[in-house]
Amino acid sequence: MSKKEWPLWEVFIRSKQGLNHKHVGSLRAADSTMAIENARDVYTRRSEGISIWVIESNNVFANDSSESDALFEPADSKIYRHPTFYDVPDGISHM
Amino acid sequence: MEDKNILELERRFQEKIDNDIKIEPNDWMPDDYRQTLIRQISQHAHSEIVGMLPEGNWITRAPNLRRKAVLLAKVQDEAGHGLYLYSAAETLGADREETIDDLHSGKAKYSSIFNYPTLSWADMGAIGWLVDGAAIMNQVPLCRCSYGPYARAMVRVCKEESFHQRQGFEIIAHLAQGTPAQKEMAQDALNRFWWPALMMFGPNDAESKHTVQSMNWKIKRSTNDELRQLFVDVTVPQAEMIGLTIPDKDLKLNKETGHYETGEINWAEFWEVVKGNGPCNKERVDARRKAKEDGLWVREAASAFAEKRKNK
Ligand SMILES: [Fe+2]
Ligand SMILES: [Fe+2]
Repeated sequence: MSKKEWPLWEVFIRSKQGLNHKHVGSLRAADSTMAIENARDVYTRRSEGISIWVIESNNVFANDSSESDALFEPADSKIYRHPTFYDVPDGISHM
Repeated sequence: MEDKNILELERRFQEKIDNDIKIEPNDWMPDDYRQTLIRQISQHAHSEIVGMLPEGNWITRAPNLRRKAVLLAKVQDEAGHGLYLYSAAETLGADREETIDDLHSGKAKYSSIFNYPTLSWADMGAIGWLVDGAAIMNQVPLCRCSYGPYARAMVRVCKEESFHQRQGFEIIAHLAQGTPAQKEMAQDALNRFWWPALMMFGPNDAESKHTVQSMNWKIKRSTNDELRQLFVDVTVPQAEMIGLTIPDKDLKLNKETGHYETGEINWAEFWEVVKGNGPCNKERVDARRKAKEDGLWVREAASAFAEKRKNK
């Protein structure tokens, strides 16, 4: 049992009220309580956070990076989703 | 077909590097790039962790509560640096336990500077000022390293390092302006740490076998000699300002280039320390091993407790 490594946790920190939690790094801990305490010591020594999320790394699923071109391609061709696509006549304001 | 594929992947990889696009953990990368990074990042992590020992030696003997709180915070930061870096190495597939075992078996290296003893309180000043100062020179360009997790760890580290150097400078400047005995302590610390600090940048460029490839991969952004020169140029005037003498009789300012020229570094000493024969190599690794062994029951208890809670 001693040989068994503690699981890896991904750490997310909310730096201040009104902002979203942001991934800051990872650490090892025996359980979620310890992961949060360790995250406090490792990632918020200078008041970088007011809220911590931890999630076991093996619960994070990612897209296959070698296929990200195909995955994100549908958005590339839809330039009409951006306001800059449209002509607004001179003299029109507040739009 | 296979080979052609690899060549194409390598070409696209180098193209990204050349365009300053960061490489992230799940991206394809050449095996040598991965291995070079694992070696460099884990050595860097070990240096942060072993680097706590020479300073830890003085925490209980700090001259007052303020100095003690500051030194404690500084050493705690170094532990944090080690942890950011072990995590970065893990993103490349390095096994954390194995990485640490390699340090304990003597297989993995760490910065040779930490194999010198800390004999007086003034050494806390010399270390913060010179050793953290040299580390900053090394680490600032690494914030632009091509590997994302390493670069991001370095950004955090660099933010924290600037206080390390200032607290050290404050200690040594204070002693240098104190009684004759205090000034002598400060000078003695500078005498002992100056040359090892210059060695921290590694061998001369001509001798440094990994430099060219690492520069092409943007793992390294400046050469050893460039960084060493930068360090000398900023540090010499600081020493003069606080009335201390750099222990190098050949040191002189070249008026034409605007750079300081130093005497010859004792590379034989450097290689001896790297090989494990420095004044404290054995003591440092023994202390790390002992810490791991003595902490075993705590880790086991934490695992058992976590297991019990999970099964509830
Ligand atoms: Fe550090
Ligand atoms: Fe430091």
